[in-house]
Amino acid sequence: MAGLLPRATKRLRLSPTSGIICRDCRRAVTSSIRHSQQQQPAPSQHVSQSEKTTHFGFETVAEELKASRVRTVFSSVAASYDTMNDLMSLGIHRLWKDHFVRSLNPGIRPTSYSQSAAGQTILDIAGGTGDIALRLLDHATTINRDNGTSVIISDINPEMLAEGRKRFATSPYYASTATSPNRRVSFLEANAEDLSAIESNSIDLYTVAFGIRNFTHKEVALKEAFRVLKPGGVFACLEFTPRLSNPIMNGIYKRWSFGAIPLIGQVVAADRESYQYLVESIERFPSQPEFASMIEEAGFIVPGKERGDGGELQGGWEDLSLGIAAIHKGVKPV
Amino acid sequence: MDIRTQMSQHTFRRLLALPQPLRLRTFSILNRPPPNYPGHVPLTLVERGALALGSAFGSLRNPHRHDLIAALGEATAKPYFIARLRAAMLANPTGRRILRDKPRITSQTMSLEKLRQLPENTVGRAYAAWLDREGVTPDTRDQVRYIDDPEEAYVMQRYRETHDFTHAITGLPVIIEGELAVKAFEFANTLLPMTALSLVAVVRLKAVERKRFFETYLPWAVGNGLKAEEVINVYWEEELETDVEVLRARLGIEIPPDLRETRKLLRDKNKAERAARDAKDRLGAGMGL
Repeated sequence: MAGLLPRATKRLRLSPTSGIICRDCRRAVTSSIRHSQQQQPAPSQHVSQSEKTTHFGFETVAEELKASRVRTVFSSVAASYDTMNDLMSLGIHRLWKDHFVRSLNPGIRPTSYSQSAAGQTILDIAGGTGDIALRLLDHATTINRDNGTSVIISDINPEMLAEGRKRFATSPYYASTATSPNRRVSFLEANAEDLSAIESNSIDLYTVAFGIRNFTHKEVALKEAFRVLKPGGVFACLEFTPRLSNPIMNGIYKRWSFGAIPLIGQVVAADRESYQYLVESIERFPSQPEFASMIEEAGFIVPGKERGDGGELQGGWEDLSLGIAAIHKGVKPV
Repeated sequence: MDIRTQMSQHTFRRLLALPQPLRLRTFSILNRPPPNYPGHVPLTLVERGALALGSAFGSLRNPHRHDLIAALGEATAKPYFIARLRAAMLANPTGRRILRDKPRITSQTMSLEKLRQLPENTVGRAYAAWLDREGVTPDTRDQVRYIDDPEEAYVMQRYRETHDFTHAITGLPVIIEGELAVKAFEFANTLLPMTALSLVAVVRLKAVERKRFFETYLPWAVGNGLKAEEVINVYWEEELETDVEVLRARLGIEIPPDLRETRKLLRDKNKAERAARDAKDRLGAGMGL
């Protein structure tokens, strides 16, 4: 071993260079790396001035590209979606979703006077993996004893829908049984901005949970929601808010979002970029008063709203967990 | 200026004069500095620690997650080890040329067709043969993301891309035993902490394999890794037509016993023994014993 020692100790020498590179050398190295890696420029650089752009997280992309970029993000997160949701929100997302469904109270309680067991038709948008749809059906069936209510699960992404089919395969809603002759869940691959597969005035309840921030044109999606809902039908949206009102809690929350969530994405799902996109898209979402006005502009009546000073909408939504998420509701006028 | 302001200014200037790795907090999660190279993600100390822990346990649970092993390497390479490796490259003329040219090994730059045409016993042919035997490709390795200095990031990337060449000239296979032997060799040779941390995966070996590892392969790896030249300084793109024996002699590496052959012999022996035992039992049963 004696012959090995000199070389080994040379390796362990504790003061290699001081680690400081002068600015000119650093600039030369960076430019040489950038030069050798300049194969394809990012797509946003190809956008001409005349094309319309929108935000994709903190990136700017052409509008036509956003939907396909969102689809790619959710293809890669589909398989570990539920595990990641649990890790990112420490399980609290289950409480939010339970509260969301309970406050909507889907299903019509049958009385001795009701003739038909038709039940409600619910449309769950961006509901790929089916966790809201399952809760809706469970609530209608077990709490309201309504075996007729059915849910259409719609998503832009086929992998998320495949996860939903897997979840429902072991539930009683997939097959038609004696008590419920019609299948109570169906899957529709569609963009929420174009629901031409669904007739106007045919849906009792339109829900979208943690999906609307990914839409390219939220106003178009809101208008489609208005079209497909029956008069008196309810629009309900559960979504993250861009910031909390308490500055200290907001500081902690933002550091968790931008630090821990992409890290968990890297370790659990091998995909830092998709989770970086997710937290950036939350930043870009309109605040609760802004979103409530957008819902009003689409034609809905927003319950519980008041106009504060400055004309801003107040009170037309429900904050959850100090404002991390919010439930917005609207009713289509009769 | 009173004495207190003078003192704090003096301390402040001395703090700024420290090299960056020693300053504990240079930026916050919400105010990341701009990236130094495409794909660079600057991490704070807490994030790096969390990444190191998470990727260490994640890769132990699922050794197929090569991206976690890569992330572990990057999270633990600073402050000293990657700088030492870069200094080792700068101290060697070939290493300096590699750092200047910055060649990349991908399936485009390393054409397997051409390598298979090379004569027997060349490095390139051994590399292609090893790839075919193990059923792997020189697919693009994960990009380095978490190392701040662009040149150190290149050193890490080069280490990752030449890992397969180390496999090829030592003949070790991609099964866990082989990988652990290569990692032990690389630790003795490059001193990257991730290579030493990967050795924790020894707990996943079967008892027979573990015995073989501690008796044969670990001593081989440590001995050869320490006495060999730095493998990171080999300009593999220029050594493709060199004779493997010549290269090994130049670097000072002895080839270890062929792991696949050893395992195959052991498997065949066990199978033969079991067959003989079954035949004897059947014979005994037939005779009514």
